[in-house]
Amino acid sequence: MRVLTYLALLAALIVPVATQATEEQVVLGLSRDRVAITANFDGSDILIFGAIKRETPIPDGDPLQVIVAVSGPSAPVLVRRKEKKLGIWVNADSVLVDSAPSFYAVATSSPFHEAISDTEDLRHKISITRAIRSVGADMNIQNAQEFAEAVVRIRANDALYSIRENTVAVDEQTLFRTEIDMPANLTEGNYSARIFLTRGGKVVSTYETTIDVQKVGLERFLFNLSREQPIVYGLMSLAIAIAAGWGASAAFRALRGT
Amino acid sequence: MQIYLPIAEVSVNAFLLLGLGGMVGILSGMFGVGGGFLMTPLLFFIGIPPAVAVATEANQIVASSFSGVLAHFRRRTVDLKMGTILLTGGLIGAALGVVLFNYLKSLGQVDLLVKLCYVVFLGVIGGLMFIESLNAIRKSRKPGGAPPKRRQRGWIHAMPLKMRFRTSGLYISVIPPMVVGLLVGVLSAIMGVGGGFIMVPAMIYLLGMPTKVVVGTSLFQIIFVTAFTTMLHATTNYTVDVVLAVLLLVGGVIGAQIGTVIGGKMKAEQLRILLAGLVLAVCGKLALDLLLMPSELYSLGAAGGH
Repeated sequence: MRVLTYLALLAALIVPVATQATEEQVVLGLSRDRVAITANFDGSDILIFGAIKRETPIPDGDPLQVIVAVSGPSAPVLVRRKEKKLGIWVNADSVLVDSAPSFYAVATSSPFHEAISDTEDLRHKISITRAIRSVGADMNIQNAQEFAEAVVRIRANDALYSIRENTVAVDEQTLFRTEIDMPANLTEGNYSARIFLTRGGKVVSTYETTIDVQKVGLERFLFNLSREQPIVYGLMSLAIAIAAGWGASAAFRALRGT
Repeated sequence: MQIYLPIAEVSVNAFLLLGLGGMVGILSGMFGVGGGFLMTPLLFFIGIPPAVAVATEANQIVASSFSGVLAHFRRRTVDLKMGTILLTGGLIGAALGVVLFNYLKSLGQVDLLVKLCYVVFLGVIGGLMFIESLNAIRKSRKPGGAPPKRRQRGWIHAMPLKMRFRTSGLYISVIPPMVVGLLVGVLSAIMGVGGGFIMVPAMIYLLGMPTKVVVGTSLFQIIFVTAFTTMLHATTNYTVDVVLAVLLLVGGVIGAQIGTVIGGKMKAEQLRILLAGLVLAVCGKLALDLLLMPSELYSLGAAGGH
């Protein structure tokens, strides 16, 4: 009997502690969890919205901040730098950046550095520069860090990398929503959407889901054909070219004949 | 209207591509060049990945050349015999060129070599053509002067294996056209173009063919060389984007027809001086790119690629 009461007490002690750790949880909604790349695809807006579920009252102190990070599939990137040699600009040094996402967007509910501390950013790899992994460049290359920066700069110019501060709307510390617009030059793959809840720069809860970005219809068919049946694909391309050439010639002659 | 290209994986404006195709098509029909040396840099400029641009361009040239050559067939300005000999040399040369290209790729710096090739060849050919056609125009303006005969009897006529090319009005050895085809084949594989801008002047100045026949014959052999290149790219690099090709060639084939009509109405010297100007302009642009400091020193490439 005594043992049982002890157990019950223990359980009563443990359960609140367990919920304490995930006291605030994300319940997420996406306007879409897949993006279909069709022939006339010209970018896509994804509405990411959700609510914060909690059993206890809203804690006092620092207000709740929300960070949403959407990331495309990562791949190694070879970065080359031009240098002037013998009067002309040629590719000289190159650095392999081990892993850089094809797309990366961060939206925050306040200025980035107010929403999260540097150590937490380092741990969760949220900011763009942290999301890129670049392990040791060649020792005799100067300013190796600039190569990783170049990746960020070039991709930001293509609207592939972005940081959008103050674009997550948070209501009553309970509801949040943001819109991530994805540009037209997307690549396929599983995109991850990570949501971080922070208080006073510390992450209190995280949530992750995937958005499936895929070519569909004709785009899918042509892409698969070019990979699986390259000879058929090549011959098809040539046949189209010849037919178009002949068609234009015949049409033009008919036009002039009349 | 935006169109997403399945292989290039970028979205571009369809009308922009139609317009580019049309413009380059007109030039192709007028001068008998495939237009690749013009179109490929333009595609880079609008953001198509270089590998896709080069491969797709080859496919598009097949269409515009085919359209153009049909028009020339009707006007009987294609020397089939000469074309076949040039083509034989060309295919052998293209195969050699691919081997050479892959060897240079393993050494790195292949991009630089391609650009230098462009600058040197475009510069030399454009310059020579420009001077020659200026002289020709000046001579033809002289009153009472008989039209100059350009046909010299030199070492080319002393070679064995002579053959009669009736359409061109030539009786020469098959060795020079074979060698011309071979060299152009090597260069076109390295530079990723049909090679018309090298072939046309070579036929005029080295072989002494009449300009009117040169254009059709050049188009005839370009069809086969670029078809060969397209297949090579489609099967090894998977970089032919058929949607991009269709958009370019719809504009291109129409442009080629218009160009052929314009070309037929112009004097040979005028045609040559225009082509020379165009070649020199592209050469100047490429040379500037090499000499001036680029605004972005860094470039991104897929790992493992060249």
